[in-house]
Amino acid sequence: MSKPSLYFSNSQVTAVRLIWMTVAAILALMTVFPLLWMVSIAFKGAQESFSPALLPSAPTWSNFVYVLTEVPFIRYMLNSLFVSVTVTVVALFFHSMAGYALARLRFPGRELIFLAIFSTLLVSLPVVIVPLFIIVRAMGMLNTYGGIIIPSIFNAFGIFLLRQYYLSLPREIEEAAVMDGAGYWRIYWSVILPLSKPILSALAILFFLANWNAFLWPLTVASDQKFWVVQVGIANFKSEYSAAWNYMLAASTIVAIPTLVLFLVFQRQIMDSIKTSGLK
Amino acid sequence: MSTSVRPKTKFRHSRLSARNREWIAGYLFVLPDALGLLVFLGLPMLLSLVLGLYDVDGFGAYRFVGMANYTKMMRDPLFWQSAKVTALYALMLVPLLYVCGLSLALLVQKTNRFNGVIRSMFFAPHMVSLIVVALVWQFLVVDKIGVLSRLTPALGLGGISFLGDPDYALFTVVAVSVWFLMGYYMLIFLGGLQDIPAMYYEAATMDGAGPIAKFWYITLPLLKPTSFFVIMISMVAAVAGSQAFDIIWVMTGGGPANSTSVLIVYIYQQAFSFGAFGYAAAMASILVISLMAMTGLMFLLTRGGRFSYE
Repeated sequence: MSKPSLYFSNSQVTAVRLIWMTVAAILALMTVFPLLWMVSIAFKGAQESFSPALLPSAPTWSNFVYVLTEVPFIRYMLNSLFVSVTVTVVALFFHSMAGYALARLRFPGRELIFLAIFSTLLVSLPVVIVPLFIIVRAMGMLNTYGGIIIPSIFNAFGIFLLRQYYLSLPREIEEAAVMDGAGYWRIYWSVILPLSKPILSALAILFFLANWNAFLWPLTVASDQKFWVVQVGIANFKSEYSAAWNYMLAASTIVAIPTLVLFLVFQRQIMDSIKTSGLK
Repeated sequence: MSTSVRPKTKFRHSRLSARNREWIAGYLFVLPDALGLLVFLGLPMLLSLVLGLYDVDGFGAYRFVGMANYTKMMRDPLFWQSAKVTALYALMLVPLLYVCGLSLALLVQKTNRFNGVIRSMFFAPHMVSLIVVALVWQFLVVDKIGVLSRLTPALGLGGISFLGDPDYALFTVVAVSVWFLMGYYMLIFLGGLQDIPAMYYEAATMDGAGPIAKFWYITLPLLKPTSFFVIMISMVAAVAGSQAFDIIWVMTGGGPANSTSVLIVYIYQQAFSFGAFGYAAAMASILVISLMAMTGLMFLLTRGGRFSYE
């Protein structure tokens, strides 16, 4: 706190800082209020759902027990976990390979390929979902894990960021390996990949979160309940139990907790990677 | 990293020239991603243009109909309604995200422990899935008994229905979208603010400039690249972002009276509820073309995706 303020002179600082901090704290509490409320209701009995008290009068686990036993929620969670982890691992592998080649190797058409990849950067799933569904159906991948996973792997964002990162690495790093007579695969595997650990771990968190939270594609490609991920499960839960808010918010809490825990543990990395990337 | 010196003879184990080996390696490294993007993103983009010319039923029978889907679109009041809702959503979302994102960033700009916690709290909603976000907010605004619905009489709004009234539903959806996205935009602005050299502010202080003058003459002009980026991506998010789809799909399903039916929701309903794949593709093709145009513009204006201030 010893750093001088950028906006205010020293005499203004003390008074302003107090007001400033109060405003920030109030706004921040208002921001997280809906999430606190969600957790609170999850522990309240059905008759208490709409009572204005933040703390449950008789906290209970029964909502969680109901959701986990009466609905195949564990199955949905395992599906989500499997899909998210697979997409993340494969995507990071492919994107780092592509990013390395686009940044470091010289081959004809490289700029054109990069331009083509860049051109898909802003095209989002809702826009192409109809033809994508038709393609995946033609490949016979409806209601399969492959159908959920494979199309989710490819996005220009990861390639773009990794390419930027590899452009910033000094060339001397590979030179020792080149002198050593190592092939490009060995350079990639034993020099480039270990150097990419910081950016790969940041991207791994972002990719995992994005896939854990993904709804639209799993909803569209898998109508068979066996393949439902947790977001589809919970949205469907809503249409079945539309007035049972205590169950719905218990289910929401279960779905939100893995991501919120991940956030609490990795908040610095997550926020720094977004801040510096300037891209999602 | 191994630093042992190998015999030089091992270097020439291939008949290919070093240049050709680099070419082949380059193509092989790019291949998996290039192929995947081509099949699952490039092809759909192209296909949406082609499919728009066909009548496609739910079972996959295609019939060429030329521009029929496009003329149908011009005469479809629900298409125009959705276009209007999309425009309204974007007109509210883009400025709100800019103002909220920048205000929050300025509020917590100084790096210290307290601000670290506050930043995390502002960003926390972005970590929760959109489905959960939609469910929780739907609960908060349940007519008459939801926590926020109870507050409205006290504010003199007389028990409005946040999601049931076509006059308010879109505002509610916008508010929830802002709540979900603002922490993300705050971080982008923080990244931009971080790049402004502190010496400018120090010099301004010496010249006796007040906080408003500093914001107006230093912060805002030097934030131009960030502002440009933010406006660009928030526009894309407003028109085609999954937050718009997920929140609206769960909270209102496009209703009441189509008041929250944005184009991506209407397209999805046409395709997957009514099996009108051709018509849906025709509408999507308009979005694909506008997004491509925006990407091209962005690429040109940023000289190939360089957003930093150089």
